[in-house]
Amino acid sequence: MSTVTSTDVQDLAPVSAESLAALLVAQERPPRPSALSASLTFGWRAILKIKHVPEQLFDVTAFPIMMVLMYTYLFGGALAGSPEEYIQFLLPGILVMSVVMITMYTGVSVNTDIEKGVFDRFRSLPIWRPSTMVGYLLGDALRYTIASVVMLTVGMILGYRPDGGPAGVVAGIALLVVFSFAFSWIWTMFGLLLRTEKSVMGVSMMVIFPLTFLSNVFVDPRTMPGWLQAFVNNSPVTHLASAVRGLMAGDWPAAEIAWSLGWAGLFVLVFGPVTMRLYNRK
Amino acid sequence: MSQHTAGLAIETAGLVKTFGETRAVDGVDLAVPTGTVYGVLGPNGAGKTTTVKMLATLLRPDGGQARVFGHDVVREADEVRGRVSLTGQYASVDEDLTGTENLVLLGRLLGHGKKAARERSAQLLAAFGLADAAGKQVKHYSGGMRRRIDIAASILSTPDLLFLDEPTTGLDPRSRNQVWDIVRAVVAQGTTVLLTTQYLDEADQLASRIAVIDRGRVIAEGTKGELKASVGAGSVHLRLRDAEQRPEAEHVLRLALDADVQQDPDPVALTARLDAAAGDTAAAQAARALGELARAGVVVDNFSLGQPSLDEVFLALTGHDTKADTEPGTPADAGTPARGQKGEVAA
Repeated sequence: MSTVTSTDVQDLAPVSAESLAALLVAQERPPRPSALSASLTFGWRAILKIKHVPEQLFDVTAFPIMMVLMYTYLFGGALAGSPEEYIQFLLPGILVMSVVMITMYTGVSVNTDIEKGVFDRFRSLPIWRPSTMVGYLLGDALRYTIASVVMLTVGMILGYRPDGGPAGVVAGIALLVVFSFAFSWIWTMFGLLLRTEKSVMGVSMMVIFPLTFLSNVFVDPRTMPGWLQAFVNNSPVTHLASAVRGLMAGDWPAAEIAWSLGWAGLFVLVFGPVTMRLYNRK
Repeated sequence: MSQHTAGLAIETAGLVKTFGETRAVDGVDLAVPTGTVYGVLGPNGAGKTTTVKMLATLLRPDGGQARVFGHDVVREADEVRGRVSLTGQYASVDEDLTGTENLVLLGRLLGHGKKAARERSAQLLAAFGLADAAGKQVKHYSGGMRRRIDIAASILSTPDLLFLDEPTTGLDPRSRNQVWDIVRAVVAQGTTVLLTTQYLDEADQLASRIAVIDRGRVIAEGTKGELKASVGAGSVHLRLRDAEQRPEAEHVLRLALDADVQQDPDPVALTARLDAAAGDTAAAQAARALGELARAGVVVDNFSLGQPSLDEVFLALTGHDTKADTEPGTPADAGTPARGQKGEVAA
């Protein structure tokens, strides 16, 4: 790697004062990076972290596989006559549910990472302030994509056949990833707001379980009591599940897509600024 | 302080930061000239890091004002960020990434292109003697290597002002000396350095002006010489030929100088503290003492005059010792073997 041969392995190579001085000679500072460039650089950091700590992909591989297998065989016979038939209905929904659940790990990783010294350095850089957080979420978007592909593959093996073909499937996953990116701003907020990893986890569970289960992921809401229908029919997860289901089936559910994107925009507009306020105050 | 004073890198007036009931920084006034190393000296918990964090725009002051190169740290935070670099007390690089990845990441964030960032990283790693460790994750670096990569990350773009927050805490004496050499090289190129330290000899070695901070306040400020002069004239160290003459020498010195005399661990050595208020210069006092010793028949092999150490300065200013609050194994006991560094690399 280096041409320097060290005889004394205990010692660090000496600091070269001359080359250091040459490097320091005041040079023009390059122009500041654009917001996009800074965000992408932080996204690259997230990908490097996945490369060095691949175990963190466990939650986007093993967990989604478990979700598909569990609910397909648990409910399939009772709800649709057979697991093979049920999975035609379930897969887009369970895809939405699992990926939205996975988003909550964002809060935990923000919470643990923010305490490290490197964040002080990031915050003292002259860059677009939200780029640190956006970079996180870009890395997470990659994780959501991996989870989606894994689940789709398992679903296909179990007999899921999307009528929308590759285009419909890609469109469905794209919508899901965009929504999850926006939804994750809730977790960056909690990650910065709460003191410990455990409390982030606890609060996340309180939000995520009702939100994902009280939806049309498993069954048609028409059999539910009226008050519950009112909630389920207006839940962002229901809109998203319907939109993804429609896209993968080859339809163009414009209203549901609009609702999903609308919710996504709302999440960014509300939780983005709150996150940044907390980030600046940290 | 509405006007920026030319030639000052940092100006603060009545800077205050409170955490709940605690006034971590309680009215700090600083004036740091450009192009120098300015030492901020104080024990743990004195408010050094909090002050640096406010100056580096990481914490918002609760009171007072702070300007960096004339820019207000709150209202013009972005301008300040464009001219400073921070090396925090704890590793301010990403431990999961390799040395190269860290520097390229920060280089890109500073606006360097991909190629320029790679080149600059490689040059810095080579200059810092880290070329062999460039591909290793930082969490496997030794304490000395971490400090180097930390400082390298701070000079990816040569900053006008570099904050070094306790750069040698936890380092063995050799690594500490190497960090000092780096600091000297950086400041020789015109960068102003604000150095916080709890080690008196570090401030003594590097800083041209020093502010002593205790409990959130500046209790003394000046050049090293001024600080030392404010405490005492210094001390005279003697080495006798014969250890058996030491009690007698001690007695003679006490009479001649009317001063505090200490027996050093070395059985033939003695140290007498000189009194600044005695009217005489330190040299005259020492000459008188030597004359008295010769008359008493005590053979002196050699002697030296020493300025008071900053340790003595600190004790005199605060009324309490620096070491009381600090962790063991500080360079004040530099003679003891270095402690093992956590996560030391075996290579």
